[in-house]
Amino acid sequence: MSECTVCGAAVTMDDGTMVGELLDCGDCGSELEVTGLSPFSLQDAPQEAEDWGQ
Amino acid sequence: MRIGFLHSIIRTDEKLLIEAFGDMPDVELTMLDTRTLQFEPTAERSCLDAVFARDVSHSRNLCALRLYEAAGAPCVNRAEVVETCGDKLQTSLALIGAGIPHPELRVAFSPEAALEAMEAMGYPVVLKPLIGSWGRMVAKINDRDAAEAVLEHKTSLGGWQHGVFYIQQYVEKYGRDLRAFVVGDECVAAIYRTSSHWKTNTARGAAASACPVTPEIAELSLRAARAVGGGVLAVDLFETVNGLQVNEVNDTMEFKNSVGVTGVDIHRLTAAFVVGAARELAYA
Repeated sequence: MSECTVCGAAVTMDDGTMVGELLDCGDCGSELEVTGLSPFSLQDAPQEAEDWGQ
Repeated sequence: MRIGFLHSIIRTDEKLLIEAFGDMPDVELTMLDTRTLQFEPTAERSCLDAVFARDVSHSRNLCALRLYEAAGAPCVNRAEVVETCGDKLQTSLALIGAGIPHPELRVAFSPEAALEAMEAMGYPVVLKPLIGSWGRMVAKINDRDAAEAVLEHKTSLGGWQHGVFYIQQYVEKYGRDLRAFVVGDECVAAIYRTSSHWKTNTARGAAASACPVTPEIAELSLRAARAVGGGVLAVDLFETVNGLQVNEVNDTMEFKNSVGVTGVDIHRLTAAFVVGAARELAYA
Protein backbone atom coordinates (compact mmCIF):
# COMPACT_ATOMS: atom_id res chain seq x y z
CA MET A 1 0.00 0.00 0.00
CA SER A 2 1.13 3.56 -0.67
CA GLU A 3 -0.36 7.03 -0.29
CA CYS A 4 -1.82 9.23 -2.98
CA THR A 5 0.65 12.08 -3.49
CA VAL A 6 -2.22 14.55 -3.79
CA CYS A 7 -4.78 13.64 -1.09
CA GLY A 8 -2.95 11.06 1.01
CA ALA A 9 -5.57 8.33 0.55
CA ALA A 10 -4.41 4.71 0.55
CA VAL A 11 -3.62 3.30 -2.90
CA THR A 12 -3.04 -0.41 -3.30
CA MET A 13 -1.25 -2.45 -5.94
CA ASP A 14 -2.23 -5.82 -7.30
CA ASP A 15 -0.26 -8.77 -8.69
CA GLY A 16 -0.07 -7.28 -12.16
CA THR A 17 1.01 -3.77 -11.18
CA MET A 18 4.11 -2.58 -13.06
CA VAL A 19 6.62 0.23 -12.65
CA GLY A 20 5.59 3.07 -14.95
CA GLU A 21 1.92 2.12 -14.82
CA LEU A 22 -0.67 4.82 -14.29
CA LEU A 23 -3.18 4.42 -11.47
CA ASP A 24 -6.09 6.61 -10.44
CA CYS A 25 -6.53 7.49 -6.79
CA GLY A 26 -9.88 6.07 -5.72
CA ASP A 27 -10.55 9.06 -3.46
CA CYS A 28 -9.53 12.20 -5.36
CA GLY A 29 -9.17 10.74 -8.87
CA SER A 30 -5.62 12.05 -9.35
CA GLU A 31 -3.54 10.19 -11.89
CA LEU A 32 -0.46 8.62 -10.32
CA GLU A 33 2.55 6.81 -11.74
CA VAL A 34 3.99 3.73 -10.07
CA THR A 35 7.69 4.34 -9.41
CA GLY A 36 8.51 1.20 -7.39
CA LEU A 37 7.02 -2.12 -6.35
CA SER A 38 9.12 -3.08 -3.39
CA PRO A 39 8.42 -0.89 -1.60
CA PHE A 40 5.35 0.25 -3.51
CA SER A 41 5.78 3.94 -4.36
CA LEU A 42 3.95 6.53 -6.40
CA GLN A 43 4.47 9.95 -7.87
CA ASP A 44 2.23 12.40 -9.69
CA ALA A 45 1.69 11.21 -13.26
CA PRO A 46 3.55 13.37 -15.79
CA GLN A 47 1.60 16.16 -17.41
CA GLU A 48 0.46 15.55 -20.98
CA ALA A 49 2.90 17.09 -23.46
CA GLU A 50 2.31 18.52 -26.92
CA ASP A 51 3.80 15.51 -28.69
CA TRP A 52 1.90 12.85 -26.76
CA GLY A 53 -0.46 10.25 -28.03
CA GLN A 54 -2.12 8.85 -31.12
CA MET B 1 15.13 -13.43 -28.83
CA ARG B 2 15.71 -10.14 -27.00
CA ILE B 3 13.14 -7.47 -27.70
CA GLY B 4 13.67 -3.96 -26.36
CA PHE B 5 10.40 -2.34 -25.30
CA LEU B 6 10.77 1.41 -25.59
CA HIS B 7 8.38 3.21 -23.25
CA SER B 8 7.75 5.86 -20.65
CA ILE B 9 4.43 5.66 -18.82
CA ILE B 10 2.75 2.27 -19.01
CA ARG B 11 -0.84 2.57 -20.15
CA THR B 12 -3.33 -0.25 -20.62
CA ASP B 13 -2.12 -0.57 -24.23
CA GLU B 14 1.46 -1.18 -23.09
CA LYS B 15 0.35 -3.63 -20.39
CA LEU B 16 -1.51 -5.68 -22.96
CA LEU B 17 1.53 -5.71 -25.24
CA ILE B 18 3.90 -6.65 -22.42
CA GLU B 19 1.55 -9.50 -21.49
CA ALA B 20 1.48 -10.65 -25.11
CA PHE B 21 5.28 -10.68 -25.39
CA GLY B 22 5.46 -12.46 -22.02
CA ASP B 23 3.30 -15.27 -23.34
CA MET B 24 5.59 -15.90 -26.30
CA PRO B 25 8.20 -18.65 -25.90
CA ASP B 26 11.85 -17.64 -26.28
CA VAL B 27 11.13 -13.93 -25.99
CA GLU B 28 12.99 -11.91 -23.41
CA LEU B 29 11.62 -8.40 -23.02
CA THR B 30 14.07 -5.65 -22.05
CA MET B 31 12.25 -2.60 -20.74
CA LEU B 32 13.75 0.64 -22.04
CA ASP B 33 12.31 3.67 -20.23
CA THR B 34 13.33 6.63 -22.36
CA ARG B 35 13.26 8.85 -19.28
CA THR B 36 16.19 6.97 -17.78
CA LEU B 37 18.10 6.05 -20.95
CA GLN B 38 21.50 7.55 -21.58
CA PHE B 39 22.71 6.73 -25.02
CA GLU B 40 26.24 7.30 -26.18
CA PRO B 41 26.34 6.63 -29.91
CA THR B 42 29.27 4.39 -30.78
CA ALA B 43 30.16 1.98 -33.55
CA GLU B 44 29.15 -0.92 -31.28
CA ARG B 45 26.13 -2.93 -32.30
CA SER B 46 23.13 -3.29 -30.05
CA CYS B 47 22.63 -6.69 -28.42
CA LEU B 48 18.88 -6.40 -28.97
CA ASP B 49 17.25 -8.42 -31.74
CA ALA B 50 14.60 -5.75 -32.20
CA VAL B 51 13.28 -2.61 -30.56
CA PHE B 52 9.56 -1.94 -30.34
CA ALA B 53 8.59 1.70 -29.84
CA ARG B 54 5.75 2.46 -27.44
CA ASP B 55 6.73 5.75 -25.81
CA VAL B 56 3.73 8.07 -25.52
CA SER B 57 6.03 10.91 -26.63
CA HIS B 58 6.57 11.15 -30.38
CA SER B 59 9.86 13.04 -30.14
CA ARG B 60 11.41 10.61 -27.63
CA ASN B 61 10.23 7.64 -29.69
CA LEU B 62 11.70 9.05 -32.87
CA CYS B 63 15.09 10.02 -31.45
CA ALA B 64 15.48 6.76 -29.53
CA LEU B 65 14.61 4.76 -32.66
CA ARG B 66 17.23 6.66 -34.65
CA LEU B 67 19.82 5.79 -32.00
CA TYR B 68 18.89 2.11 -31.92
CA GLU B 69 18.77 1.86 -35.70
CA ALA B 70 22.21 3.47 -35.86
CA ALA B 71 23.35 0.73 -33.47
CA GLY B 72 22.04 -1.90 -35.87
CA ALA B 73 18.86 -2.90 -34.06
CA PRO B 74 15.84 -3.51 -36.28
CA CYS B 75 13.00 -1.31 -35.06
CA VAL B 76 9.22 -1.53 -35.23
CA ASN B 77 8.13 0.86 -36.45
CA ARG B 78 11.14 2.15 -38.31
CA ALA B 79 12.28 5.67 -37.42
CA GLU B 80 11.49 6.82 -40.95
CA VAL B 81 7.89 5.62 -40.55
CA VAL B 82 7.52 7.26 -37.14
CA GLU B 83 8.92 10.50 -38.55
CA THR B 84 6.42 10.47 -41.41
CA CYS B 85 3.40 9.54 -39.29
CA GLY B 86 4.28 11.96 -36.50
CA ASP B 87 4.19 14.94 -38.82
CA LYS B 88 0.87 15.70 -40.50
CA LEU B 89 2.47 17.40 -43.48
CA GLN B 90 4.83 14.50 -44.13
CA THR B 91 1.92 12.08 -43.80
CA SER B 92 -0.16 14.12 -46.25
CA LEU B 93 2.68 14.23 -48.76
CA ALA B 94 3.15 10.46 -48.51
CA LEU B 95 -0.58 9.81 -48.95
CA ILE B 96 -1.07 12.32 -51.76
CA GLY B 97 2.07 11.02 -53.48
CA ALA B 98 0.59 7.52 -53.42
CA GLY B 99 -2.71 8.75 -54.89
CA ILE B 100 -4.66 7.99 -51.73
CA PRO B 101 -7.87 9.98 -51.17
CA HIS B 102 -7.11 12.63 -48.53
CA PRO B 103 -9.01 15.74 -47.40
CA GLU B 104 -8.21 18.89 -49.38
CA LEU B 105 -5.16 20.54 -47.83
CA ARG B 106 -3.38 23.86 -47.99
CA VAL B 107 -0.24 24.86 -46.13
CA ALA B 108 0.77 28.45 -45.42
CA PHE B 109 3.61 30.13 -43.57
CA SER B 110 2.10 33.39 -42.42
CA PRO B 111 -1.26 34.27 -40.87
CA GLU B 112 -2.09 36.45 -43.87
CA ALA B 113 -1.43 33.64 -46.34
CA ALA B 114 -3.30 31.21 -44.09
CA LEU B 115 -6.35 33.50 -44.07
CA GLU B 116 -6.24 33.78 -47.85
CA ALA B 117 -6.01 30.00 -48.12
CA MET B 118 -9.02 29.52 -45.82
CA GLU B 119 -11.10 32.05 -47.77
CA ALA B 120 -10.21 30.28 -50.99
CA MET B 121 -11.08 26.85 -49.58
CA GLY B 122 -14.37 27.98 -48.07
CA TYR B 123 -15.45 27.46 -44.48
CA PRO B 124 -15.48 25.40 -42.39
CA VAL B 125 -11.82 24.45 -42.36
CA VAL B 126 -9.74 22.68 -39.74
CA LEU B 127 -6.44 24.14 -38.59
CA LYS B 128 -4.02 21.62 -37.11
CA PRO B 129 -0.55 21.70 -35.60
CA LEU B 130 1.88 19.58 -37.62
CA ILE B 131 2.80 17.48 -34.61
CA GLY B 132 0.31 16.41 -31.99
CA SER B 133 -2.53 14.04 -31.28
CA TRP B 134 -5.71 13.50 -29.33
CA GLY B 135 -7.25 16.52 -31.06
CA ARG B 136 -5.04 18.94 -29.14
CA MET B 137 -5.11 22.47 -30.57
CA VAL B 138 -7.08 21.30 -33.58
CA ALA B 139 -9.52 24.09 -34.42
CA LYS B 140 -12.61 23.96 -36.60
CA ILE B 141 -12.99 27.40 -38.12
CA ASN B 142 -16.47 28.25 -39.32
CA ASP B 143 -16.02 31.78 -40.63
CA ARG B 144 -13.60 34.63 -41.25
CA ASP B 145 -14.07 36.10 -37.77
CA ALA B 146 -13.04 32.84 -36.14
CA ALA B 147 -10.14 32.47 -38.59
CA GLU B 148 -8.74 35.89 -37.72
CA ALA B 149 -9.06 35.19 -33.99
CA VAL B 150 -7.41 31.77 -34.09
CA LEU B 151 -4.60 32.95 -36.37
CA GLU B 152 -3.89 35.91 -34.10
CA HIS B 153 -3.82 33.67 -31.05
CA LYS B 154 -1.52 31.16 -32.70
CA THR B 155 0.81 33.89 -33.90
CA SER B 156 0.95 35.64 -30.53
CA LEU B 157 0.91 32.69 -28.15
CA GLY B 158 2.21 29.73 -30.10
CA GLY B 159 5.83 28.67 -30.42
CA TRP B 160 7.77 28.55 -33.68
CA GLN B 161 6.17 25.22 -34.56
CA HIS B 162 2.80 26.96 -34.81
CA GLY B 163 4.09 29.23 -37.55
CA VAL B 164 3.29 26.62 -40.18
CA PHE B 165 -0.43 26.59 -40.89
CA TYR B 166 -1.79 23.19 -41.92
CA ILE B 167 -5.32 23.79 -43.15
CA GLN B 168 -7.66 20.96 -44.03
CA GLN B 169 -11.08 21.22 -45.59
CA TYR B 170 -13.60 20.21 -42.93
CA VAL B 171 -15.11 16.83 -43.72
CA GLU B 172 -18.63 16.22 -42.40
CA LYS B 173 -18.33 12.93 -40.53
CA TYR B 174 -21.93 12.71 -39.28
CA GLY B 175 -20.71 11.84 -35.82
CA ARG B 176 -18.15 9.17 -36.54
CA ASP B 177 -14.97 8.18 -38.29
CA LEU B 178 -13.15 4.87 -38.69
CA ARG B 179 -9.87 3.57 -37.40
CA ALA B 180 -8.39 0.54 -39.16
CA PHE B 181 -5.54 -1.43 -37.62
CA VAL B 182 -2.83 -2.68 -39.94
CA VAL B 183 -0.28 -5.23 -38.80
CA GLY B 184 2.23 -5.91 -41.56
CA ASP B 185 0.33 -6.88 -44.68
CA GLU B 186 -3.06 -7.33 -43.06
CA CYS B 187 -5.84 -5.04 -41.91
CA VAL B 188 -6.69 -6.98 -38.77
CA ALA B 189 -9.55 -4.94 -37.32
CA ALA B 190 -11.46 -1.70 -37.56
CA ILE B 191 -13.62 0.40 -35.28
CA TYR B 192 -16.07 3.24 -35.59
CA ARG B 193 -15.28 6.16 -33.31
CA THR B 194 -18.55 7.88 -32.52
CA SER B 195 -19.02 11.19 -30.76
CA SER B 196 -21.50 14.04 -30.60
CA HIS B 197 -18.46 16.35 -30.83
CA TRP B 198 -16.88 16.94 -34.22
CA LYS B 199 -13.60 15.59 -32.81
CA THR B 200 -13.88 11.82 -32.71
CA ASN B 201 -10.73 10.91 -30.79
CA THR B 202 -11.35 8.17 -28.24
CA ALA B 203 -8.96 10.08 -25.96
CA ARG B 204 -11.67 12.76 -25.96
CA GLY B 205 -14.43 10.34 -25.08
CA ALA B 206 -15.56 9.04 -28.47
CA ALA B 207 -17.09 5.57 -28.19
CA ALA B 208 -15.44 2.66 -29.99
CA SER B 209 -17.59 0.04 -31.70
CA ALA B 210 -16.79 -2.76 -34.11
CA CYS B 211 -16.64 -1.93 -37.79
CA PRO B 212 -16.58 -4.76 -40.31
CA VAL B 213 -13.36 -4.79 -42.32
CA THR B 214 -14.79 -4.42 -45.81
CA PRO B 215 -12.59 -4.99 -48.86
CA GLU B 216 -12.59 -1.20 -49.41
CA ILE B 217 -11.39 -0.50 -45.84
CA ALA B 218 -8.76 -3.23 -46.02
CA GLU B 219 -7.44 -2.17 -49.41
CA LEU B 220 -7.26 1.55 -48.61
CA SER B 221 -5.74 0.99 -45.16
CA LEU B 222 -3.03 -1.25 -46.55
CA ARG B 223 -2.26 1.28 -49.29
CA ALA B 224 -2.02 4.04 -46.69
CA ALA B 225 0.18 1.91 -44.44
CA ARG B 226 2.51 1.13 -47.34
CA ALA B 227 2.60 4.79 -48.36
CA VAL B 228 4.12 5.75 -45.02
CA GLY B 229 6.55 2.83 -44.96
CA GLY B 230 4.53 0.01 -43.39
CA GLY B 231 4.63 -1.74 -40.04
CA VAL B 232 2.12 -1.69 -37.21
CA LEU B 233 -0.16 1.23 -37.90
CA ALA B 234 -3.62 2.65 -37.28
CA VAL B 235 -5.22 4.37 -40.25
CA ASP B 236 -7.90 6.97 -39.57
CA LEU B 237 -10.54 7.14 -42.27
CA PHE B 238 -13.41 9.47 -43.09
CA GLU B 239 -16.58 8.26 -44.78
CA THR B 240 -17.55 10.77 -47.46
CA VAL B 241 -20.11 10.85 -50.23
CA ASN B 242 -17.23 10.13 -52.61
CA GLY B 243 -15.97 7.14 -50.65
CA LEU B 244 -13.38 6.73 -47.95
CA GLN B 245 -10.61 9.25 -47.35
CA VAL B 246 -7.51 8.68 -45.24
CA ASN B 247 -7.09 11.44 -42.68
CA GLU B 248 -3.93 10.28 -40.95
CA VAL B 249 -1.81 7.28 -40.03
CA ASN B 250 -0.66 6.56 -36.47
CA ASP B 251 2.63 4.84 -35.74
CA THR B 252 2.24 4.19 -31.99
CA MET B 253 -1.38 3.25 -32.08
CA GLU B 254 -3.68 3.13 -29.12
CA PHE B 255 -6.00 0.16 -29.26
CA LYS B 256 -7.14 -0.68 -25.73
CA ASN B 257 -10.73 0.32 -26.51
CA SER B 258 -10.70 -1.72 -29.70
CA VAL B 259 -9.74 -5.19 -28.47
CA GLY B 260 -12.97 -5.79 -26.56
CA VAL B 261 -15.34 -4.43 -29.20
CA THR B 262 -13.71 -6.17 -32.17
CA GLY B 263 -12.75 -9.40 -30.42
CA VAL B 264 -9.37 -9.16 -32.14
CA ASP B 265 -6.28 -9.48 -29.97
CA ILE B 266 -4.47 -6.60 -31.64
CA HIS B 267 -1.74 -6.71 -28.98
CA ARG B 268 -0.96 -10.39 -29.65
CA LEU B 269 -0.90 -9.91 -33.42
CA THR B 270 1.40 -6.93 -32.92
CA ALA B 271 3.79 -8.82 -30.64
CA ALA B 272 3.90 -11.71 -33.12
CA PHE B 273 4.68 -9.28 -35.94
CA VAL B 274 7.54 -7.69 -33.99
CA VAL B 275 9.07 -11.06 -33.14
CA GLY B 276 8.55 -12.27 -36.71
CA ALA B 277 10.24 -9.17 -38.09
CA ALA B 278 13.18 -9.67 -35.74
CA ARG B 279 13.53 -13.33 -36.77
CA GLU B 280 13.29 -12.50 -40.45
CA LEU B 281 16.05 -9.93 -40.14
CA ALA B 282 18.18 -12.22 -37.99
CA TYR B 283 18.16 -14.90 -40.69
CA ALA B 284 18.43 -12.46 -43.61
